[in-house]
Amino acid sequence: MSIKATLLASGAAVLIGLSGAVYAQATHPVSGEALAADQTFTYRILDEFPSFDPQLAEDVSGGEIIRDLWEGLMNQDADGNLEPGVATGYTVSDDKLVYTFTLRDTAKWSNGDPVTANDFVYAWRRAADPVTASEYAWFMELMSLQNASEILAGEMAPDTLGVRAVDDLTFEVTITQPLPYFAQMTTHFTTFPTHQATIEAHGDQWTRPENIVSNGAYVLTEHIPAERSVRSRNPMYWDNENTIIETVVALVINDENQALTRYLAGELDRTEVPAGQYPRLAEEYPDEALSFPLLCSYYYNVNLTDTGPEALQDVRVRQALSMAIDRDIIVNNVLAGGQVPAYTLTHWATAGFEVPEVAAAAMTQEERNAAAVALMDEAGYGTNGAPLSVEILYNTSEAHQSVAVAIGQMWKQTLGVDSTLANQEWQTFLEARGNQNYELARAGWCGDYNEASTFIDIVTTGSGYNDSKFSNADLDALMVEAKTSDDPLPLYTQAEQIIATELPILPVYHYASVYMLNDAIQNWPVNNVQQNWYSRDIYKIAE
Amino acid sequence: MYSYIFRRLAVAVPTILILIVLSFMLMFAAPGGPFNSDRPLSPTVMANIEARYGLDQPYWKQMWDYTVNVVTRFDFGPSFQYRDRTVNDVISQGFPVTLTYGFWSFVVAVIFGLALGIMAAIRHNSWLDYLAVGISIGAQVLPNFVMAPILVLVFTLWLGWLPGGGWNGGQWEYVILPVVALSTSYMASIARIMRSSMLEVMNAGFIRTARAKGLPMYRIIMRHALKPALLPVLSYLGPAFVSMITGSVIIDVYFSTGGIGQFFVNSAFSRDYSVIMGITILVGVLTILFNLVVDVLYAWIDPKIRY
Repeated sequence: MSIKATLLASGAAVLIGLSGAVYAQATHPVSGEALAADQTFTYRILDEFPSFDPQLAEDVSGGEIIRDLWEGLMNQDADGNLEPGVATGYTVSDDKLVYTFTLRDTAKWSNGDPVTANDFVYAWRRAADPVTASEYAWFMELMSLQNASEILAGEMAPDTLGVRAVDDLTFEVTITQPLPYFAQMTTHFTTFPTHQATIEAHGDQWTRPENIVSNGAYVLTEHIPAERSVRSRNPMYWDNENTIIETVVALVINDENQALTRYLAGELDRTEVPAGQYPRLAEEYPDEALSFPLLCSYYYNVNLTDTGPEALQDVRVRQALSMAIDRDIIVNNVLAGGQVPAYTLTHWATAGFEVPEVAAAAMTQEERNAAAVALMDEAGYGTNGAPLSVEILYNTSEAHQSVAVAIGQMWKQTLGVDSTLANQEWQTFLEARGNQNYELARAGWCGDYNEASTFIDIVTTGSGYNDSKFSNADLDALMVEAKTSDDPLPLYTQAEQIIATELPILPVYHYASVYMLNDAIQNWPVNNVQQNWYSRDIYKIAE
Repeated sequence: MYSYIFRRLAVAVPTILILIVLSFMLMFAAPGGPFNSDRPLSPTVMANIEARYGLDQPYWKQMWDYTVNVVTRFDFGPSFQYRDRTVNDVISQGFPVTLTYGFWSFVVAVIFGLALGIMAAIRHNSWLDYLAVGISIGAQVLPNFVMAPILVLVFTLWLGWLPGGGWNGGQWEYVILPVVALSTSYMASIARIMRSSMLEVMNAGFIRTARAKGLPMYRIIMRHALKPALLPVLSYLGPAFVSMITGSVIIDVYFSTGGIGQFFVNSAFSRDYSVIMGITILVGVLTILFNLVVDVLYAWIDPKIRY
């Protein structure tokens, strides 16, 4: 170590010591609560994530880390509403096709370079460029960016994408159809800026701690794949002085029961609660066990193609199967973590959405069972008709199995329908479901943005996620109309009513996030239904 | 002796090649691929990714290119799942971890296993024998996936003495629980094999002679009985050592050590072909190598064996 480096290091040590001393007596600037001396937040993640690269990342736990390391145009506040990020605000043209974002001049990269509109232009083109081969390239299409589809298909060059740096602090986006939720989509990690010089200098290895340059509240300081990653405060971040958590540690723990034990031993500040254990933990640790809505829905796909059973093509059979599922038992006895029974697709907590009144939801379970039996009789199946047997396919997991066992039992008891359970590991399962090589298949969908169309779009004709292969012209027309409507809610209500009648999918429940969270951690965004949390918003109070 | 080692190494080469071919075939037979997800990719993006990793080539060509890279440049290729890592990175990070706790588990298992086995044999049918047999049966019937949670419950949650997982650069307190959890069942097997083999040797003529000469017990055991009694144990130790140092999947997953066992399982689930291949070859090579080491040790211990 050279003399200069030694001096720097000791200087840094003094600074760290000082800041530690300051925080030992510090209070929260707004609430006045006494802050803990050690502002480290340690939490469990299920698995190693494939990449820290915003344009390549694809999973939830990777996204959590990326939101700390980078910052996009807009952020979400604790309730999921938009708040300024790198952009201080935006204007929309009269035809709602051109968005102009104004960037703050104080935003910097962790190496001191200013964050400019060109960084966004580079990142967005990079996401759409087929050469980048991003598994999230579809997000650029979802945003309806001008020429995005053509670029993805390799028909046009990436620099024709509808984005432009008017000047260093003005970023302009052109889209092909009005999207009421466009600004919301800029909180997604695929749209975060990336530092061109760093990527060009280091290639695929630019996201390693020794190479990485980012613009968020934290910088990556350590990464041991499959064990831990550590991020520390970024002194260059424009709002660094209002950040309280010093260090965030993500530990990879595959086994959720093991994670719970380690949480209880005090090694973690946050972990997920295994299915079925929430009631016990809520009783024992009322201040730590939390359950709040999460923007995902759980349902069964019904194979409506010729490879599926003939009986399931009959809408009465689908209605009977759906009605015979006692969803209260599933959410209260099987999962027991604050999930909510679902009779429609879109999650109940979606912004600007009201769950439509559907007949089945208003009945008691006895009424539903009676109606289900009548429908089955009418269709000529079940106890008084032709015997019916269906196969429920799910990806290997204890929780999915418990749900499938319960539903199979309900069908047997109420309708006399036999069901066999088939579980497959994830990759095999995806292949079977994607190729309609199933009868009924478990599925879950999480909203990409907080608006109902992110759910309903998946049952439109031609959607890549429409594994039931449902096609309904009325529903398609409603969803096209909703894109440009000033008040899409009535259209979504109609679309949901079509889904509730036709049942291309059998809704089961709406998800909840079920956590154990250290009660010293404050300001966790429990009202953010997408669970887009930022470490810079939370803090730890003294015990 | 040298020509024997040379011949064994020569046979190892085609063995490894067959291993590569078989693994490749099994891998491609499994449904799905490294880039399938519940959000299907557009065909252009998929085509680009496949081209990038050479997955658009015919199988035989992929296999050939792979083998050439491994043999000529010791390059196991990029990981398909972790974009910023190569397979060499994955192995060089995960293998030392697994090697560390695997090695210590081996040491613990051998020392305690041999001690228990010898003790039980020389005090045959005494309380010491029953105790030793009891311990080894107990350790055998508690597989490590039961052992691990119990250890964490007791030493982490109740007593708070040791961390319940993680590796932290291999600090000693992080190593203890994985070592205990991994070594117990091996220790039990070693104890049982050692006990029965020692019993047999102790009844042999040359031991009776040694006793008749009036040699003290410890000299009889250390000088005359131990070496021949070790032979059956040794043939068990070779494969046991390899399986300990190449990753107990359960230990890696349960204690979140970041060892290669975890990568092995995850790569199989996510169809990360290059990582599967890399770790398979590593395990294959080590197995062949340590079987050879054991065979050489045989000759050293038992002068009757000549190669």
